[in-house]
Amino acid sequence: MVQITIDGKKIDVPEGITILEAARRNGIYIPTLCFHPRLTYFGGCRLCIVEVKGFLRPVTACTTTVNKDMEVNTSTAELEELRKLILELILSDHPHDCMLCEKAGACTLQELAYTYGVDGFQFAGERRRYSKRDGNPFIERDLEKCILCGRCVKVCREIQGVEAIDFGYRGFKAKICTNFEEDLDCEFCGQCVQVCPTGALTGKLWARKGRQMSLREVETVCPYCGTGCNITVHVNRNEIAKVTAREDSWNEGWLCVKGRFGYRFANSPERLTVPLIRKVPRGEGAPEKVEDLFREATWEEALDLVASRLLEIKEAHGPDSIAGLSSARCTNEENYLFQKFIRAVVGTNNVDHCARL
Amino acid sequence: MENNVVIRVCMGPAGIAAGGRDVLERFREALASAGLDASVKEHCSSHQVGCLGLCARDVLVEVHTDGQKHTYQYVKPDMVERIVTEHIAGGKPVSEWLVDDSFDAFYEKQVKVVLSHCGVLDPEDIDDYIASGGYEAIGRILKKCLPEMVIDEIKASGLRGRGGAGFPTGLKWELAREAAGDRKYMICNADEGDPGAFMDRAVIEGNPHAVIEGMMIGAFSIGASKGYVYIRAEYPLAVERLKLAIAQARKKGLLGKAILGTKFSFDIEIKLGAGAFVCGEETALIASIEGERGMPRSKPPFPVNRGLWQCPTVINNVETLANIPYIMRKGASWFASYGTEKSRGTKVFALTGKIRNTGLIEVPMGITLREILYDIGGGTESGKEIKAVQTGGPSGGCIPASMFDLHVDYESLAKVGSIVGSGGMIVLDEDDCMVNMARYFIQFTQAESCGKCVPCRVGTKRVLEILDRITQGRGRPDDIAKLERLCKGIKSTSLCGLGQTAPNPVLSTLKYFREEYEAHIIDKKCPARVCKALLTYWILEETCTGCGACRRACPAEAISGEKKKPHRIDPEKCIRCGMCYEVCKFSSVERE
Repeated sequence: MVQITIDGKKIDVPEGITILEAARRNGIYIPTLCFHPRLTYFGGCRLCIVEVKGFLRPVTACTTTVNKDMEVNTSTAELEELRKLILELILSDHPHDCMLCEKAGACTLQELAYTYGVDGFQFAGERRRYSKRDGNPFIERDLEKCILCGRCVKVCREIQGVEAIDFGYRGFKAKICTNFEEDLDCEFCGQCVQVCPTGALTGKLWARKGRQMSLREVETVCPYCGTGCNITVHVNRNEIAKVTAREDSWNEGWLCVKGRFGYRFANSPERLTVPLIRKVPRGEGAPEKVEDLFREATWEEALDLVASRLLEIKEAHGPDSIAGLSSARCTNEENYLFQKFIRAVVGTNNVDHCARL
Repeated sequence: MENNVVIRVCMGPAGIAAGGRDVLERFREALASAGLDASVKEHCSSHQVGCLGLCARDVLVEVHTDGQKHTYQYVKPDMVERIVTEHIAGGKPVSEWLVDDSFDAFYEKQVKVVLSHCGVLDPEDIDDYIASGGYEAIGRILKKCLPEMVIDEIKASGLRGRGGAGFPTGLKWELAREAAGDRKYMICNADEGDPGAFMDRAVIEGNPHAVIEGMMIGAFSIGASKGYVYIRAEYPLAVERLKLAIAQARKKGLLGKAILGTKFSFDIEIKLGAGAFVCGEETALIASIEGERGMPRSKPPFPVNRGLWQCPTVINNVETLANIPYIMRKGASWFASYGTEKSRGTKVFALTGKIRNTGLIEVPMGITLREILYDIGGGTESGKEIKAVQTGGPSGGCIPASMFDLHVDYESLAKVGSIVGSGGMIVLDEDDCMVNMARYFIQFTQAESCGKCVPCRVGTKRVLEILDRITQGRGRPDDIAKLERLCKGIKSTSLCGLGQTAPNPVLSTLKYFREEYEAHIIDKKCPARVCKALLTYWILEETCTGCGACRRACPAEAISGEKKKPHRIDPEKCIRCGMCYEVCKFSSVERE
């Protein structure tokens, strides 16, 4: 532990952490845009500048590690003026269309603009214009809203190991792009969407389904595989508007394409909501209409039918004539119960799981 | 004249541009054909040397006969034959082509340390360098010195980084030596990118072995066994000569394993820069060597602690490294005898712009600007007053004529808002518009910003936009205040040296030439008559002869008038190209 002083307050912090971490652990607010706790430091937005005694110019709190007896000031008139200038510059090259933006209400940039009372018209000038839209099916890339914080580039590289995007061009024309500026062709995990602090990256499926204010958040577990990622389902009028993951979940906020974007089955009109029992026995050919093949049933009737048929088969041919195959989409507990049922109730060891194949 | 006739043709960048290759070739041909006369053939040699310094008079050719040196200036290929027949064969120098007294004045106040062998040695021959005492310092160090002793010597010499920032070289080496780590790296920064600067290029092209020896001494001192030269691909000749020099050094056992039979192993790899100015910034340079996009990283940690691949790394500029062998050969006190208390030694500058003697100069630190501009530079060619000098390239500032008694050293230049920088020195006279000059440099830094941090990427763009509109006559009353706010903000919040220094040309011109900004904004006039949009052209009726030259030259058909009667310019149609002004033989076209 080393003792440092932040804003006149003497605090003990572990050696080797950054000024930003030290401040956050002690409830001292420093604004940031490019900083992300699970990614390597970047130091590009310059909002977290602080004054450190002995340094000629402000340093970024997110990249500077603490030293013994360091004296830090996080908020002086000069620092706030510089932060205001930086925000003015960012907003001078940003579409002023928060009223249409998916991210409104959950946008770090919007929040900072509000806090600092900055509109970006002070230095109004050329704005980057990108007419080309990315044709991929999942991720909306609105590069005019990009502030080049680099989070998407780093998450793609450091967490996902894909490196689908990187910085391109120089100067004012610098932008985040794919190889040869082709349409995004990656895993579509959407981690970049998750970490984007502005509306530059959003889900294509999210468009006009509801924004922060109108969404109800439901904490649940992803149904896709046994990994069991914690997800937050955002619901608007009983319809899923989007799926995200929280940073304080065990999956640290990360998800794959299925968990993040594969939720449309939930509201699909083709989804089965009641058990169906086959009307026409096997081997007699399938009729054209589904209604002629199946009839709707109650759970009691359906389960009774399955139980009686299993019993018949077991009595006629022995338990080893039955096998059970379970699914990776079931939870660990469900899979446990399933093998228990096959082994103890049916009486066979013929049980396996699709993920083993 | 039977003995040792040596012809030296300047093959520096400007020498080659002025036709040095053809001159050299013509000399070889002329000597060969004259070689039918056996007495000349046997004893003549012509070889290429690096920059001789006075680029304005290229191609420079030195002819050494019987211990006598004659220098020819402005040599063109068709002049060679006469020089060979009259001077070399005939023994009588062609006096009207020889340099005059002002040529010597150019060299009088210069002190050559780094450039002492540029223009003298054949850069493609390691034996030439060895014969001049080269590699003697590293040989002695490897046999007799501890790394600490070398570091102490460099510290005592007072050498500071010649790349621009002026960090004490000995201290940098000491920090790297003390930094924990098994693997350490020695990097030579040869990514010289300032517009108008060609010091490092001249050193590498003229004396590459000095840089290699400097790197070896540095590597030995900090404990590195691997070195990189990061050099821009736009310097093909420098790259070629460096490659050759490294190959020759390897062959002689001066690079590689167990050098000169000692435990010291060191080798150098060349990395070519792909054209990004920002890669001259040390952390961006490191990123580039690592195969990443050349984007600067936040400091601290500094490269001496965590540099290339997170290992302690020293990055020295070409000129810094080229000083090292000479310091170790002649001693720290010899080097420290030049310069001022805090800025020791000499500095190479590339003198360009409105100056008679454009070229490469090496002067002791502490010399005044006046001495450089008038004694060495010879004032302007046109006889007009020098208005200001811009030092340090896009990162530097403008120093007005009233301050020409300023001493050229790190502290003095910083005090007036400029920097020594890598050594560009651009001379401006009354025909140069300071607002336009600032605009040019901001345009450069904006285009070369890596885009990582907001103040540099967006801030310099906004500064450029404001300067654009001022020079186009659309300046607004609050633009100066806006520029000042932006520039101060960019300076104090940018991530790397590029952004932190980018506003210097604007801030220094705002400080010393504010009235030019005000003239543009308030009076809508460009005092230097450079900014086209602010100019008006008209014809003086009294002197116009009606010759029609201006009418024919005008690309916008803005000039009308009958033959032999005064013409007039339609201001609505005029595109202010200045063609009429250029062609009028009677000085009847006026502009303001």
